[in-house]
Amino acid sequence: MEQVLANGAYLGAQYALIALGLTLIFALMNVLNFAHGQMYVIGGFVTYTVYAQLGLPFVVGLAASAVTLAIVGALIEKFLFRPVIKKSVREESTMLLAAGIAFFLDAIILLVFGEKQRGVPKIINGIFNYNDYTMVMPYDKILVGFLAIASIVIFILYMQYSKTGRAMRALAQDKVAAQLMGVDVDKYSMIGFALGAMLAGVVGGLLVTVTGINLGMGGPTSIKAFMMVMIGGAGVISGAIAGGFILGMMEAVGLSVLAAYGDITYLAIFVSLMVFLAIRPQGLMGKPWG
Amino acid sequence: MFKRREIIKSMAIVAMTSTSMLAAGLSGAFAANETLKIGFVGVTSGPAAAWGISNARSMQARAAWINETGGVKIGDVTYDVEIVTFDDQKDPKRAIAGFEKMAQEGIHYVVGPNVDDGAAAVRPVAEENDIIYFPYAFPKALYTAPASNAVLGMVANYQSGPAIYKYLMEKKGVKNVAFVAANESDPLSQREGGVAAAKALGLEVVSDNVTYQVDTTDFTPVLTPVMRSKPDLLVLSGVAPANAPQLIRAARELGYQGLISTETAQDASVLQEGAGELANGFISVGGASTPEIATDAMKEFVDRYTKMFGEYNDESNTKVYALEYILETMKANPASKENVGEFKKTMETLAAPNIYMKGDAKLSYVGSTSFGQKRQISVPMVVNEFKDGKFKTLFIAQVD
Repeated sequence: MEQVLANGAYLGAQYALIALGLTLIFALMNVLNFAHGQMYVIGGFVTYTVYAQLGLPFVVGLAASAVTLAIVGALIEKFLFRPVIKKSVREESTMLLAAGIAFFLDAIILLVFGEKQRGVPKIINGIFNYNDYTMVMPYDKILVGFLAIASIVIFILYMQYSKTGRAMRALAQDKVAAQLMGVDVDKYSMIGFALGAMLAGVVGGLLVTVTGINLGMGGPTSIKAFMMVMIGGAGVISGAIAGGFILGMMEAVGLSVLAAYGDITYLAIFVSLMVFLAIRPQGLMGKPWG
Repeated sequence: MFKRREIIKSMAIVAMTSTSMLAAGLSGAFAANETLKIGFVGVTSGPAAAWGISNARSMQARAAWINETGGVKIGDVTYDVEIVTFDDQKDPKRAIAGFEKMAQEGIHYVVGPNVDDGAAAVRPVAEENDIIYFPYAFPKALYTAPASNAVLGMVANYQSGPAIYKYLMEKKGVKNVAFVAANESDPLSQREGGVAAAKALGLEVVSDNVTYQVDTTDFTPVLTPVMRSKPDLLVLSGVAPANAPQLIRAARELGYQGLISTETAQDASVLQEGAGELANGFISVGGASTPEIATDAMKEFVDRYTKMFGEYNDESNTKVYALEYILETMKANPASKENVGEFKKTMETLAAPNIYMKGDAKLSYVGSTSFGQKRQISVPMVVNEFKDGKFKTLFIAQVD
């Protein structure tokens, strides 16, 4: 049981960080960013290139992922989402745009980084072995878990106490009121999108050390991120974190307890999610009015 | 007046010269080789992209090589080879669309699809449109009569698995085995075949019901229950190259010290990057070549592929063969270019030189033992052990 809980906690930390960026973008712009997973993949490949290919320190790779994705996010918001949001009143326009960007980024990733699975040298060797393999956790996973939690804490503090964070929260709560109070919607929407993309890049850079990275990881990552956001409540930061930890724990427990019955863990999770959403469509922490 | 006549004369000479030059150019163009189109329908995007991309690139690299050296002569006509590719995205519906496109283009020979459900889905389209196809899928029904248009493009797991298990029983004292597979048709059917083969050899199967989602990124929770059964051998049935390093790494980190094997081809650089020294000892069915058996032609193919696409894929040692078989069969019987019935007849007797393998190896169709008819290409079954970033050959065998 100790192993199952440790697996769940680790999965939860990484999932929560993945979901944060997605929910931030949704909160600010009401955009379902289907390309979030592809941004995560680019982050992984950038860290791979800097750390494994160029031989620079891991932190430089991680920073490069964060900066690259922040720039990519800002450009996507400024030149793609902003004009579409201004010209179209239909929400599906942004959804289609996001899906198109996901396909586009997939093609770019294939061209630039190739089709192969990539991995980087372990950042720390060795495993934490509790009570003769009753519970084991590699040190690199422990470090990544802590870094993920630290990133989440820094993000919350930034959103809570910085001027930019307050402006973005105001935007998320009521765009018109925020605008009337002098918040520059264009500027903070771009910063918010860049921040969301940056979080995807950071988590990609962190996880490439554990899971490696490949072209096909983008779509499934987006789907899991959406599930977490739906569990926690779309557009609610604390909800995304809760959703991530809940999904991580459900997955770890399911894979252990239901192993004898075949691969029904995700079936059980999806059924639970359907029942849950039928009862509480706004998610755990979302408001019924949106 | 004279001047004017001179000008007209000059213009006429220029016009005639230009016309004759144009005519010469055109006749040169007409003298160029005709085009022979060969199709590829497989997965070149998404998580399993590596399988199809290595296919398509192998064909493209080989076609470019053939064209550069004058083309391929079939009967009295010399052709340039053109590879027409279609990404089925590992979706059977898309695979059908791909085969319909091939039929519309008049293509009779197609390499792919890469997976079981796609290969099964295209069967009616292939049979209806006279297409012979070379899938990388293992269901025996595809190759057993009344089916007759599919030709297995590699060694199947039910052919390599027993050989590997027997080797490990005899050389490493393996007594029990656990199987793990992705929750998809290919890996699951390969797991079933592996379990049956292991039982037939007298191995105790201690775990065969643990599966994982193909998009899993953390395999520790997946393997935790398997490790409780303490197997001597852990078989990763039908594992994709993207998942193998992570599974190996998770098993080793959970304290597993037994053997790990698979019956699918893997890539050494991917294993090295993803699992490093933890992958040492991992046994897989390699690409159908090793330094010991590779000819200069195989080395040149690897070189050309690498120059064309930047990086080689070890799987291409196997994937290079399908196109070679198609062309050699046509060369042996030119009527088979347009007539798949003739192609099938030639399959029974083909014995062309294998330019990729040292010795007097031949390209010949096999499969009589497994399918009751020759519906498999013969490629060397190379069983490898991964060691410090490279594959070391354990043994080489042939099907049939």
